[in-house]
Amino acid sequence: MSDVLSYLKNRILLLDGGMGTLLQARGMRPGEYPERWNLTHPDVVKDIHRAYFDAGSNVVCSNTFGANPLKFSEEELEGILRAAYDNARTAAEQSSRPGPKFIALDIGPSGRMLKPYGDLAFEDAVRAFGTVVRLARDIPFDLILIETMNDSLETKAALLAAKENSALPVFVSNAYGVDGKLMTGASPAAMVALLSGMGADAIGVNCSLGPKALEPVVREYLRLSPLPVLLKPNAGLPRAEGDRTVYDVLPGEFAADTARLVQMGVRIAGGCCGTTPDYIRALAEAIGDRAPTEREVEPKAVVSSYTNALCLDDRPVLIGERINPTGKKRLKAALIEGDMAFVLSEAARQQEKGAMALDVNAGLPELNEKEVLPRLVQEIQTVTDLPLCIDTAAPEAMAAALRVYNGKAIVNSVNGKEESLRAILPLVKKYGGVVIALTLDETGIPDTAEGRLGIARRILKAAEGYGIGCQDILFDPLAMTIGASPDAARVTLETVERITRELGCRTSLGVSNVSFGLPERDYVNAAFFTMALSRGLSAAIMNPDSPRMLGAYRAYLALNGQDPQCGEYVAFAARNPLAAPASNAEGPGAKETAEQAGLARAVEKGMRAQAAAEAKRMLSEEPPMQLIQREIIPALDRVGQGYEQGKVFLPQLLMSAEAASAAFEVIKAAAVAAREETPVRARVVLATVRGDIHDIGKNIVRLLMENYGFQVTDLGKDVPPEQVLDAVLRLKAPVCGLSALMTTTVPAMEETVRLIHEQAPFCRVIVGGAVLTQEYADQIGADFYAADAMEGVRYAESLE
Amino acid sequence: MSVCICTKEYAPPPLNVKEALRYAGGRGDTPTPELQEAWELLAPALRYSVCWARLPVQRKEDVLDLTFAQTPSRDLQRALLGCEELLLTAATVGLGPDRLAARYGRLAPAKALLIGAIGTERVESLLDVFAREQNGRLQQEGLRLTPRFSPGYGDLPLQLQAAIIPYLDTPKRIGVVLNESLLMSPAKSVTAIIGIRRTGDILKEKSGCDGCRRKDCEFRR
Repeated sequence: MSDVLSYLKNRILLLDGGMGTLLQARGMRPGEYPERWNLTHPDVVKDIHRAYFDAGSNVVCSNTFGANPLKFSEEELEGILRAAYDNARTAAEQSSRPGPKFIALDIGPSGRMLKPYGDLAFEDAVRAFGTVVRLARDIPFDLILIETMNDSLETKAALLAAKENSALPVFVSNAYGVDGKLMTGASPAAMVALLSGMGADAIGVNCSLGPKALEPVVREYLRLSPLPVLLKPNAGLPRAEGDRTVYDVLPGEFAADTARLVQMGVRIAGGCCGTTPDYIRALAEAIGDRAPTEREVEPKAVVSSYTNALCLDDRPVLIGERINPTGKKRLKAALIEGDMAFVLSEAARQQEKGAMALDVNAGLPELNEKEVLPRLVQEIQTVTDLPLCIDTAAPEAMAAALRVYNGKAIVNSVNGKEESLRAILPLVKKYGGVVIALTLDETGIPDTAEGRLGIARRILKAAEGYGIGCQDILFDPLAMTIGASPDAARVTLETVERITRELGCRTSLGVSNVSFGLPERDYVNAAFFTMALSRGLSAAIMNPDSPRMLGAYRAYLALNGQDPQCGEYVAFAARNPLAAPASNAEGPGAKETAEQAGLARAVEKGMRAQAAAEAKRMLSEEPPMQLIQREIIPALDRVGQGYEQGKVFLPQLLMSAEAASAAFEVIKAAAVAAREETPVRARVVLATVRGDIHDIGKNIVRLLMENYGFQVTDLGKDVPPEQVLDAVLRLKAPVCGLSALMTTTVPAMEETVRLIHEQAPFCRVIVGGAVLTQEYADQIGADFYAADAMEGVRYAESLE
Repeated sequence: MSVCICTKEYAPPPLNVKEALRYAGGRGDTPTPELQEAWELLAPALRYSVCWARLPVQRKEDVLDLTFAQTPSRDLQRALLGCEELLLTAATVGLGPDRLAARYGRLAPAKALLIGAIGTERVESLLDVFAREQNGRLQQEGLRLTPRFSPGYGDLPLQLQAAIIPYLDTPKRIGVVLNESLLMSPAKSVTAIIGIRRTGDILKEKSGCDGCRRKDCEFRR
């Protein structure tokens, strides 16, 4: 064990305080890089470090907060890291105070925002942090402190880089806002799950606020974290006093508040912005030689999304199964076409229905899972804050998806086969996760509960070997159809119960397998689900579209005392009445809606649900083509003309387009089911050009283009010219639409236009976006300038 | 001279419905149900932060020395006519609008449009509140603020962002970072240069629509 970890074992570790404010007091100007002062003003930096050691710090953080290759050349970076260490080491030697002194390699945020909210790719962030850690590998730092991180994904990138490039202990500290969340939305519980899952050595909180204001967040860490908790608050809030910044918490109050949190169980304490050696001295005195407060944190099964943690021990968890192409023609077609919008709407819909986590599976022979699955995971995380259950049989795809996942995922799955254990368990160890473990092995699925339990025991032992605890395993004792074997359900249920009771572990089931081959399967599924819940089931992969399954779940919670006053059940029942009187089916607005019936009308008025319902009803009377030609297109035309004449405004135009989309979706589903080709027009490739991350306008164009029947391939935002050309060539698209918001990205647009004209002369390029004008468009050689989305549609139509 | 960079969180200013609708390409000043819905989604996800520094400004031949940078921009020189100081300002309403726009951009573009429009109105209203507060303070010194001017206006290049962001240390202070394209994340962030002028100076100052050279704008008042 490293020196600092063994010191921490039965002592409180005292960190240092602020650096930036002290450097400014010694003459550093705003905008200067403090890290350069290691080289230009080593004596100042040494003085500050020594003052902290003298005040009582056991650890000082190197003056390397912003030292990364996004700001410095590798050569300069290496010099900074070495000088920073030397300054701290000299200070340690010069300090008058006895006792062990450690030096932490300090790593702050990259200074850039990760995608999708900024332009830094996840792997580029990992690479940048990795460079810092690699360059510091030959410098004898005692530990790495990753601090002030306000984005969960960037925190993950930094921790991953530290783990991949160094064997030093890693402490990770996040900066929470006044709302108790990270800027990107993560709660303390979500960060505890993510970071402890990935194997940080200590985790905690710094910056933003004073110790009192941070107390609620610190309490959450103390309640949930199995790891030592770190706290490095600001000296309260800054305010201007004349030409100085002063902080509103003075050393005495700071020390008393922080020491109180140490008494509650914080093990590593120091100060951040505004704190000085006086604060640390006061804190050292307030803590004295107090022994650490021991905490008991019961290990729990917890997964997380990019914002929230989900504890499987609080109540059984429903995992939506709909993002899995097996047996789903519409989804299969969408995945193959790269139609992300459909997949995303499936994610959002399952969440609305009550799914608490979502299974994500892209297992199709036509797809390269290793590429598609991580992209799918990233895209789905932009539309839902539910934790994901990453479902693949390919270990490489699993690794790629777990790597980019923002949170601690459910890993679906490992089994008792040696090969599977060896491939999957190291991934769970590295990226964190709760892994679903199927009770089958090389010999197949045992017929008896005893046999399945035996495999579970073996998996448990193998996991232990990797340091994966029982709380991170979710055994799946495999539901098999009772249609083939009358004992199937009984054996599975017995296994659920014995794994819960004898192994003290959690279980999960793919419930609907039990009824395979039977009619009206929901009856059987719901009954089986209730039986499994009562035997201790922790999670089910199920269809959230099934009211019977949801009903079984809600009723179970109420019956099991987990829904006080049956409040949730009552709310569920109100939304899902068993049998509503026919006349009342439409609710109070029924009369009005009857008068407004008609698909065209629904589209014109921008009523989404109504448009879908009307399309469904009318499909039984009219062929799809006619429906589109007679109802949808004329309605869209009327709205479009209204917009062109300035009578209809953009929000209404979009509402109509969305209503038409909803109707199209219904028609498309019917056509796929009937293996009919939906009527289509030309291929259109759309992209926001390289360097530009704005896509609201482009999304509007896509929506309208799709409405008018064009087959749109949307390449997204920040798309390199070559990638646009590739798509145009591959799809032989006669039309390509490019969007740019900024003057700075017009050159990228110009390059794209040129490339297409050179190598795909059959393709006409439409350009648009905030900065574009007819003049600009002519200058860069575009074929058409569209001032708004409707103009783009009209031009594309004119080409046919 | 040591420079003080201040940071402050503000309470939400009242929503200017007319402006929000205008940014969405709509008209009127009564909230539509769709706007109301977007506002209810967005409001809890916003936080209002400003950081600023009060700096001297000097003219050196054809160049304006703004303390944090120098620029030959003629338009900025006009805007800062008679000013000896300026407030270098950065404001943001946080990442909430980015997160919600990403969520709804694919599923419900109309909602994403309205969220974006409200976000723009929010950060502009935040700067209005900030300017009113500063004006109140400056009045005691016989000073007042000019209209705000941002990189990208007129001939003031966007490149100036690369000097403003590190100078104000916005990544650490208010969570605003610069992308390679020189745009900021969170997207609903604004940097501005606001001149400080003697109250007595009577200058033919054009602000708002009068100060704009684009005469064919449909939103011209």
